Amino acid sequence: MAVPKVCGIETEYGIHHVGGDNPVVSSSLLVNAYVTDLTRAGWDFEDESPGNDARGFTREGAMPPEVETHLVNAVLTNGARYYVDHAHPELSTPECADPLEALRYDKAGEEVLRRSMRSVARLLPSGQKIVVYKNNSDGKGNSYGTHENYLMDRALPFAKLADLVTSHFVTRQIYTGAGKVGSEASSGRDVVYQLSQRAEFFEEEVGLETTLKRPIVNTRDEPHADPKRFRRFHVIVGDANLAEVATFLKIGTTALVLALIEDDALGGVDVRLANPVRAIRQVSYDLSLAEPLELRDGSRATALELQWELHDLAAKYAEDRGLACLGDEQVGRMVMERWEQVLHGLETDPASVASQVDWAAKLQLVEGYRERHGISWDDHRLAAVDLQYHDLRPERSLFQRLGTERLVSDEDVISAVSEPPKRTRAYFRGECLRRFPASVASANWDSLVFDLGSGPLRRVPMMDPLRGTEEHTGELLAGSSSPAELLTRLSA
Amino acid sequence: MAERELKKRSTAARESEEAAEETPGASAAGQKLKEELDDLLDEIDEVLEENAEEFVRNYVQKGGE
Repeated sequence: MAVPKVCGIETEYGIHHVGGDNPVVSSSLLVNAYVTDLTRAGWDFEDESPGNDARGFTREGAMPPEVETHLVNAVLTNGARYYVDHAHPELSTPECADPLEALRYDKAGEEVLRRSMRSVARLLPSGQKIVVYKNNSDGKGNSYGTHENYLMDRALPFAKLADLVTSHFVTRQIYTGAGKVGSEASSGRDVVYQLSQRAEFFEEEVGLETTLKRPIVNTRDEPHADPKRFRRFHVIVGDANLAEVATFLKIGTTALVLALIEDDALGGVDVRLANPVRAIRQVSYDLSLAEPLELRDGSRATALELQWELHDLAAKYAEDRGLACLGDEQVGRMVMERWEQVLHGLETDPASVASQVDWAAKLQLVEGYRERHGISWDDHRLAAVDLQYHDLRPERSLFQRLGTERLVSDEDVISAVSEPPKRTRAYFRGECLRRFPASVASANWDSLVFDLGSGPLRRVPMMDPLRGTEEHTGELLAGSSSPAELLTRLSA
Repeated sequence: MAERELKKRSTAARESEEAAEETPGASAAGQKLKEELDDLLDEIDEVLEENAEEFVRNYVQKGGE
């Protein structure tokens, strides 16, 4: 039986500092401003919850940022990691138990970045501003990533995984693409608009790289869990989505396809492509969704047809074995319904899914603007519309003004900014940081290190992403009045 | 090859089956979006950064990941 698909999303945000010239420094300022404001809020909050602080622990919203080679790295009480990677602010969601939860924490990540922009605005000299974009390309050939992570069974041979999942990555773009005006590759010289921000940056089928010669299937093997039992499948091929249905489907369908592969449930259907690297561009460049791709068995099928095949296999799998592999049966059924709806919408009229799919929403906007002003596709204003679709400032975000379909409420997103998921180890990480921030010396995906003030540092390993949940540790945490007591009870 | 053709037929069959029962929720959402799009296009020049050319030119990122 497939390992439950614990999942998470890492997003590198685009950053533009008006009046600044070093993106590493700008990113550090941004992340630091947020963490500093959180700490201050924590102190203020202290007086309002007397029961929580009988032992003199400082209440902070996050671990103090750790300065390593001038880069900021903070772990938040929702279990997320917020840091500077290369020249971008990056937020990794905590480990989520199902695709709907992953969406909620992805949206909470956007909220963290919005709050960061407000915090840093108070620190910048007048005339300067820092703006954050949730996209994957600057339109000039530079791409930055949005990565997904899925928990996998170590027993599944990686070669088999890579071989089978590639077709899903190439074809899911028809609903996960975030849309892009123009092309940044020589292969797309005549392309005025394409489905994906990222597709044309991929040059290999399988490999370890993420910045050069990017592979469709990334082989990074860093499980952040028991390496004998688990693999963390690291997916670098996706776009950052703003549309909630798109994010939900990106994670949901991929988790499901991975479960199908793990459980050998493809039933002999061969969806492998003859040339995935060529096909990923073909799909991105084809707004008609009608161009057939060559398959390895010599036949041809469109991306839509291949998605229907995967959908039908998943439907059969759901009937035979249920959808517990997605972390929640009901969420699993929602994935199946939404998947069918979006494929049906795409084959009927892509404009009909504009409230669910980013590329379709942006295309309507760009087309509408072009018609009103009678301008050509290479007009700078269209590139500006494209960029501002991804602008996270509420007053500037074109995405936000479009009013696309919601799957999570504002209240749920706001609570996810500070509270961890309850059904993964992120719960234990986040709760320890919230309760005992002064005693957590460092926090990592698979361990917490406590400093009790005297004696050696104490490391608590968390090698199983499905342990350390509220169910496992809620009572233990509630009943421990100090970190020392928590550690004693943990080892009892 | 034959199997692929069979699949295509099943997709076509599904299309005719379901075309009749267009989900009302989705089309209502589509209509709402269309109206919002028109409103947005009316005011978009006030939302867009002032000098589009400069704005786009200045947005340069280092590659990441």
